Amino acid sequence: MRVDEFLKERNINVGDFVRITKEEDGEEVTYEGYIMPPYELSAGDTLVLKLENGYNIGIALEKIRRIEVLERAKVKPEVHFEALIEGKPGLPEVTIIGTGGTIASRIDYETGAVYPAFTAEELAKAVPEIFEVANVKPKLLFNIFSEDMKPKHWVKIAHEVAKALNSGDYGVVVAHGTDTMGYTAAALSFMLRNLGKPVVLVGAQRSSDRPSSDAAMNLICSVRMATSEVAEVMVVMHGETGDTYCLAHRGTKVRKMHTSRRDAFRSINDVPIAKIWPNGEIEFLRKDYRKRSDEEVEVDDKIEEKVALVKVYPGISSEIIDFLVDKGYKGIVIEGTGLGHTPNDIIPSIERAVEEGVAVCMTSQCIYGRVNLNVYSTGRKLLKAGVIPCEDMLPETAYVKLMWVLGHTQNLEEVRKMMLTNYAGEITPYTRFDTYLR
Amino acid sequence: MMVMTDKFNYEELGLKVGLEIHRQLDTKKLFSPVPSELSDKVEFTFQRRLRPTMSELGEIDPAALEEFKKGRVYVYEGNYELTDLVYMDEEPPRGPDREALEVALQIAYLLNAKPVDEVYYMRKIVIDGSNVSGFQRTAIIATDGKVETPWGAVGIPTICLEEDAARIIERKDKEVIYRLDRLGIPLIEISTTPDIHHPEQAKVVAKFIGDALRATKKVKRGLGTIRQDLNVSIKGGARIEIKGVQELDMIPIIIEREVERQLNLLKIRDELRKRGVKPKDIKEEFYDVTDIFENTKSKIIARVIKKGGKVLAIKLPKFRGLIGREIQPGRRLGTEFADRAKKYVPGIFHIDELPNYGISQEEVNKVIERLNLSEEDAFVLVAAEEEKAKNALREVIKRAREAIEGVPEETRRALPDGNTEYMRPLPGKARMYPETDIPPLRIPDDLKKKIKENLPELPQAKVERYVKEYKLDRSLAQTLVDDERDELFEELVSMGVKPSLAASILVVVLKGLRKEVPIENVTDEHIREAFQLYLEGKIAKEAFEEIFKELARNPSKSAREVAEEKGLTLLSEEEVTRIIEEVIQQNIEVVKAKGMGAMGLIMGRVMAKVRGKADGKLVSQIVRRKLQEISGG
Repeated sequence: MRVDEFLKERNINVGDFVRITKEEDGEEVTYEGYIMPPYELSAGDTLVLKLENGYNIGIALEKIRRIEVLERAKVKPEVHFEALIEGKPGLPEVTIIGTGGTIASRIDYETGAVYPAFTAEELAKAVPEIFEVANVKPKLLFNIFSEDMKPKHWVKIAHEVAKALNSGDYGVVVAHGTDTMGYTAAALSFMLRNLGKPVVLVGAQRSSDRPSSDAAMNLICSVRMATSEVAEVMVVMHGETGDTYCLAHRGTKVRKMHTSRRDAFRSINDVPIAKIWPNGEIEFLRKDYRKRSDEEVEVDDKIEEKVALVKVYPGISSEIIDFLVDKGYKGIVIEGTGLGHTPNDIIPSIERAVEEGVAVCMTSQCIYGRVNLNVYSTGRKLLKAGVIPCEDMLPETAYVKLMWVLGHTQNLEEVRKMMLTNYAGEITPYTRFDTYLR
Repeated sequence: MMVMTDKFNYEELGLKVGLEIHRQLDTKKLFSPVPSELSDKVEFTFQRRLRPTMSELGEIDPAALEEFKKGRVYVYEGNYELTDLVYMDEEPPRGPDREALEVALQIAYLLNAKPVDEVYYMRKIVIDGSNVSGFQRTAIIATDGKVETPWGAVGIPTICLEEDAARIIERKDKEVIYRLDRLGIPLIEISTTPDIHHPEQAKVVAKFIGDALRATKKVKRGLGTIRQDLNVSIKGGARIEIKGVQELDMIPIIIEREVERQLNLLKIRDELRKRGVKPKDIKEEFYDVTDIFENTKSKIIARVIKKGGKVLAIKLPKFRGLIGREIQPGRRLGTEFADRAKKYVPGIFHIDELPNYGISQEEVNKVIERLNLSEEDAFVLVAAEEEKAKNALREVIKRAREAIEGVPEETRRALPDGNTEYMRPLPGKARMYPETDIPPLRIPDDLKKKIKENLPELPQAKVERYVKEYKLDRSLAQTLVDDERDELFEELVSMGVKPSLAASILVVVLKGLRKEVPIENVTDEHIREAFQLYLEGKIAKEAFEEIFKELARNPSKSAREVAEEKGLTLLSEEEVTRIIEEVIQQNIEVVKAKGMGAMGLIMGRVMAKVRGKADGKLVSQIVRRKLQEISGG
């Protein structure tokens, strides 16, 4: 029997204080505690009880002999947070756009459930430091996991950012789940034209319900960066494992390089823009960033969604390319091996794709370094087939960029020209020695 | 039950004691398969801060936030092999370690407890930095255990399996340094109900639990691997948590001393009440008396003044004579004041102990005059930098006010002599919430059954068995078990070694060498090999001592190598006979004169040459035969 049926049959509710007697190996054991909602990962035939000492335990339903309700569940007062934070005169206005992920949250100590905190008051309570830097206005746009983020969400975020900036905000922070934050950063980098103010994406690798969370420091540093002179799309996250400083990465050159570390985000083939300490100190690591200006930002949100990102591997079949072409895809970004190669036997399929007007772009699965299709004969064949070599662009950035480019033109010559034009720092002119694995 | 005279009538006093015993398990770390060893090798460090989290009501504990804002930084020292991303809070937890869980279940059954059906790990918030994550992961494995004692049964409400905290290395003003090696070592936590009503009963319970833990052979040994805490209260007193009791024998002493402390504090309270003083009568007024001590002979005070510090005094109305009153041997109410002030200053001075420490009667009189003290009033002095002195005196004021109320609830630290000193206020109710990264773990009934049917023998049962089965002397058997040599002992016996010999070598010989050589270097493998040589007739039992001595110094050698190098391998019968004949020839006059009467002399001279290389019994047989040949034939 399942827990929900078991409870329903006995008219017992989650939160009731009960006394349970179970039979364990011929002996009786009695527990007193609160009925907890079943866990997602529990076997389903176990009743979870919160004992008075705060511990949870699981009791097998089939062993329960008696259960009596000692006290009915109390209705918990709902907690309302009013957005009553008064702005301090003289501080810059910064909007924080929430898209999901729990950058700030509060926790139900009974169930362990985590609620996103997104009113100003909640944020002020969780991370009061940010209100000393700016008049922060939280805005919850949507609440989804970053793995569920789709190109249409990028467009929504871009418009929300533009709206805030053009209505006088000094900068904008976008709170985002970390898994696909790099893609969103790249998308915003291409869509926000004439950007005159900082746009900062921020997330957390440790959820904010734990005292060791990286969320608060990341948020503090991102608000600092949003009030800086850098008019670019950036990702601001921990710079190292310690809670010492954050790094601001250029939105087109940043990649999540670790599944779990708090310093997972790294600039690839490029130097981060700045180091930010939570006390407000900013150390610029380069001078060539776009400076703050009065320009009104425009959203150029034309994108073509029929684009695929394909990783090459030994044994890859040309069927995969054929399938995409047959399905009407307009662009394919290949994550090739080494300098930008595919097995020779799939080149005919690539040739066919190009002939049918599909833009095929080449990046490298090495992640670090620049593609070069002139060195080996395979590369030369791919070039001849019409593949566009994407310099030192990240595969994910090239994928987002190709969507955006194809939203503007599907003429392959035009596409080639645009793919090789540097719009948002996605291509570096030459490869610096100090940009590898750091 | 032992008849003894108790210092107090504990029943009348309403003594209640509960135990909490923590012991490290000798398995991998609890939530990642990292070896659970300690090391002084530091290969990297990193720093973190811990932020108080919002409760469900969206509240952050203001005190915790205040603490956080002070900017305390935690520095963690790591070793690449003994920690990993899980224990840097850079990766979600794995586990829990199966072996640790099974040991916990064994312990549960040995303590008559009932395991839960599904284990739920909880996060217990701890933001002193000792856990990198800011919480300790802990779960109840079993409930409802019981220990029988001659005074009655004592309940074991919970048995938990949790992770140990990081080791504190150094505490600085704004920075605390921890080492990560200890973090994550599985810790079994056993708590009893406060049903212990006699100090000796506490020891019996602790011994029984300790025996059950040792029976598993999977608990760590050595300093710091076991932590026994006591909760002690008497009627009218308060619950005092005493941390860090290392030795079993100290338990009754510490309880007795705590009862004494609480009784004396209650007497002081009654006296203060009789004198009619109320907590609010103690005012937070600091008197600057630096000028009185300008030419003082007190070196401590002079040094402080020279450095620009101040001497501040407070008035404690009606406390005269009570601050100096002894509450535990060698500790006074004043000591309790000083313990509290320790956070800010090394020490305080109070009127009941002055003049002393270079402070003159004249200076005391001037302070009395300045503070306008009556006969019954007291003062406390602190010499330090002004802000520190004030903070220290605030602590004294707080403790003095508590003295009027009775016994303050506290966490205290056990001292080696059985006394205790203040550590911190009692912890509040733990904030716990589920560890959602670890799925609930069902304990299948067949696993429970398997563990229950294969429980290890408890140490006391083992001692009884050795006495009965192997006819060992009881104290020898007890030592074998206490030293955890029992497993090796049984192995040797099954190899064919006589039980009495195995036991006496393992206990008497090895222990006897402890003062001379680092005997812990002698491994079980060494011992096994030495006995193998003995069984093969290659060495005499007299050679064990010499072999172990050498092995302790050179543990990389084998017992065989040592026996050969040191010439401890036995002589053949022919060689022994040849040596005996030689000795007889050298003493032929005596032999001829005394006949069999020369037996002692010849034996002595032969043994001097062959000791450790020949069996004494064999030697004596040959000597006897040879002498008989000469004298008789």
